[in-house]
Amino acid sequence: MSKLIPSAAKFLAGNTITKVTAPVVATNAKYSTKKEATFEIKPYKLHKLDQGPATSATLTSEDALKLYEQLTILRRIETASGNLYKEKIIRGFCHLYSGQEAVAVGMRAAMRDADSVITAYRCHGWTYLMGVSVLGVLSELTGRRTGCSRGKGGSMHLYGRNFYGGNGIVGAQVPLGAGVAFAHKYRADGGVTFALYGDGAANQGQLFEAYNMSKLWDLPCVFVCENNGYGMGTSVDRSSASTEYYTRGDYVPGVWVDGMDVLATREAARFAIEYCNAGKGPLVMEMETYRYSGHSMSDPGTSYRTRDEVQEVRQTRDPITSFKEKILNHELVTPDQLKDIDAKVRKEVDEATKQSKTEPEVGIEELSADIYYKNLEPFVRGIHPAAPLKHLEVQPRNH
Amino acid sequence: MTSLSTKSIVFHKLIRNVNNYAKRMSSHFIYYPDKERPVDGETTKMNMMQAINNAMDITLKNNPTAVLFGEDVAFGGVFRCALGLQEKYGKDRVFNTPLCEQGIAGFGIGLATAGATAIAEIQFADYIFPAFDQIVNEAAKARYRSGGEYDSGALTVRAPCSAVGHGGLYHSQSPEAFFAHVPGLRVVVPRGPIAAKGLLLACIRERDPCVFLEPKILYRSAAEEVPVEDYTLPLGKAQTLRVGAAATLVGWGTQVHVLLEVADMARDKLGVSCDVIDLQSILPWDEETVCNSVKKTGRCLISHEAPLTSGFGAELAATVQEECFLHLEAPIARVTGWDAPFPHVFEPFYLPDKWRCYQALIQLINY
Repeated sequence: MSKLIPSAAKFLAGNTITKVTAPVVATNAKYSTKKEATFEIKPYKLHKLDQGPATSATLTSEDALKLYEQLTILRRIETASGNLYKEKIIRGFCHLYSGQEAVAVGMRAAMRDADSVITAYRCHGWTYLMGVSVLGVLSELTGRRTGCSRGKGGSMHLYGRNFYGGNGIVGAQVPLGAGVAFAHKYRADGGVTFALYGDGAANQGQLFEAYNMSKLWDLPCVFVCENNGYGMGTSVDRSSASTEYYTRGDYVPGVWVDGMDVLATREAARFAIEYCNAGKGPLVMEMETYRYSGHSMSDPGTSYRTRDEVQEVRQTRDPITSFKEKILNHELVTPDQLKDIDAKVRKEVDEATKQSKTEPEVGIEELSADIYYKNLEPFVRGIHPAAPLKHLEVQPRNH
Repeated sequence: MTSLSTKSIVFHKLIRNVNNYAKRMSSHFIYYPDKERPVDGETTKMNMMQAINNAMDITLKNNPTAVLFGEDVAFGGVFRCALGLQEKYGKDRVFNTPLCEQGIAGFGIGLATAGATAIAEIQFADYIFPAFDQIVNEAAKARYRSGGEYDSGALTVRAPCSAVGHGGLYHSQSPEAFFAHVPGLRVVVPRGPIAAKGLLLACIRERDPCVFLEPKILYRSAAEEVPVEDYTLPLGKAQTLRVGAAATLVGWGTQVHVLLEVADMARDKLGVSCDVIDLQSILPWDEETVCNSVKKTGRCLISHEAPLTSGFGAELAATVQEECFLHLEAPIARVTGWDAPFPHVFEPFYLPDKWRCYQALIQLINY
C-alpha cells in the first residue's frame, strides 16, 4: 500500500496531458471529430538502458475504439467469470484480471503475428486477445466441450495460437518463455516472446535461471512482471527485498511502465520488440498495475488491504475509465460510439456466458485421451476389464 | 388451486434439482469419525484444520525453538491451519515467506540443521515439486552424508494433498509415492483430526525430516472429539480400524473412509467382515501389521487416489506377496486413480470410490 498510494498520487499529478495534432472535422456528429491525438506518457524508469520507450504516443480514432473495445471485453469476461463461479458453474479455481487489462491490451496492440506469449493463471484476457473466442474462454472455465482446451484444462489451462498458456504453478511459465524465445531465434522467424509473471512469482528461483540463460544466449525474450501489489495475500513490501522489479534482472536491462495506461504498455511493448529484434537480448519490464478482486475466488481480497485502497484505485487509476476520459476529452471518439461498443460487448459476452452454461461436457472417454503421443497399450492401466478406458488421440498426431 | 399445485410441482422439481446438484458436487466418501481416544482427559470437538492448528499451538507454546512459516501463514494460510498463531506467538516465530517453494524447503533445512524446530507449510502438495530437490537431496541425506554429525530432523514439511471435489490438475494430487522412494525421509498421511494432531506432534518431535501430507478435503468435513492435551501417535505404525476375516483392506488419508464404507457394504450385503488398516505412515511403513492381517485373511485390497503405476500400493503388493505368498487365496487387488493426469471435469470417474473398491472386493472374495 505504501508503494501504491504515492504512485497513485504521482499519476494524478502527472496526468495533465497533452497536445492534439491534426484536427479533422467530421461530418457526422455520431463519429469523432479528430482523426488522431498525441498523448504524453508517464515517464518510464530505466535500468541499464540509455534510451527507453517513446514518451509520447499517437493514437488514431480507429485504434482508440479498438483498444476501448478490448479493454471492456476483458473486464466483462472477468465479471461473467466471477458470476459463473459464484453460481458454482465454474468449479475449481478462478483468478480474475480486472484492473490489469491495460497491460495485456496495450502489449497485444504492439505485438505482431510472429510474437508469442506465455503467462500464469490470470490468463482469461490474454487467451481472448490471442485469438480465442469469448465462448472458447468461458466454456473452458465451465468445463465444456467448446472450451479452448475441450474443457479438460479448466481455469489456468487455456491455450491458443502462439499463446503457450496460462500456468498453474507460480513462476513455472517463465523458463518456458525463455525456451519459446530460443525457438524464435533458432528459426529466425523474427518473433519475440513475452513471458509474464506476477510480483509474487518474481521471487521464484527459476526466474533467475531463466534471466541468465536468456542473457547468456541473447534470446528475444521480454520478461514482463505484472506488479499488482500483492502476491496472494502478501504485499510487495513484505515479500520482496527489492520491489524495483524492473532492475531485478541485474545484468538484464529493464523498464518500469505504468501498467494502468494502455498507451504506455503499447509503447513499451513496441520498444521491447525493436530491442529484441535488434539482437540485443532479453529485457525485463515491470508493469505497475492493480487487481481489484482477491488473488482467487476464495480470497475476498480485503484482509490484507483496505476497501478504501481498492476504491481509490478504481476511482483514480482505472485503466478503462482513464482511457475513456482521455479519448473523449480529445474528441477521438464520441460518447455514442462508446455506448455502441458497450452494448455490443455486453451482448457478445452475455450470449457466450449463456452458451457456456448449456454446452455439453466432453464424453467420459476423454478421461484417457491425449495422455501420450503414441500409447504402448490400447487401454489405460488400472481400469476394470469390464469397463475399460481406451487411450484416445483426440488431437490428430503426425504419425 | 391449479396454479398453486403447478407452483408446488415446480418448487419440488427445483428442490430435487438442487438436491441432485448438491449430491453431484458432494464428496465421494462418508466420514467415519474416530471413537477411540488415544489418551484420557478432556476433549473438544475439532475439525482437522483445528486439530492441526492445536498441534502447532502446543508446539509453539512448549518449544521455544519452534517456528512456523510458509506462503500466507501469517493470516492462517489458505486453509487457515495457522489461524491466530502469529498473534499469539509473534511475527518472528510465525511468518510469511515469498512464493518460492525451493527456498522455503532449503531455508527450513538450514534452520532445522542449526537447531530450530522448523515447520514449513507448502501451500498445496502439488506445488512441492520445486522443493523436491531440497527435500530429497538435502533434507533426507543430511545425517547420512555428514556421518551423523548434522541432521535436519527437526524439519516438518506440511502440505495439503489429495482430491477436494473440484481441484483439477494442480490442487488434487497425492504425491506420497514420490517421497516414499527416499531413504531418510518420513512420510505421514492422517485420516482425521485425532490422528492428525497425534501424528503431526510426533513428526515435529521426530529426529528425521518428515513430509506430512494433509488430505485437504478433511480440513473442514472431518470433525471429532479431540483430546485437548498434548499426545503423540507412533510413527511407522499402522492402525487396524476394523477386524474381520474375509479380506484385508489397506488405505491412508481420505481413502480409509472409503474403505470403511466398503467394509460396511461387505458386512451388510455379503455377510463378511474385513480388516481395515489405516497405514498412516507411508515411509517407513508398518509391514508387520499389514502382513499379519493378510496372513490371517488371505486376501488383500490396497487403495489410493494416486495413479496405479508406481503408486505406493505397488510397494505394498510386492512386499505382501513376498511375505504372505503361501497364505494368499487371490491375487492382491489395487484400486487406485487411473494412469492419467488428475482430471478436472472427470474427478468423480477418476477416484477409486466405494463402488470400484466394492467390485474389486467381490472379485477378490470370489476368486
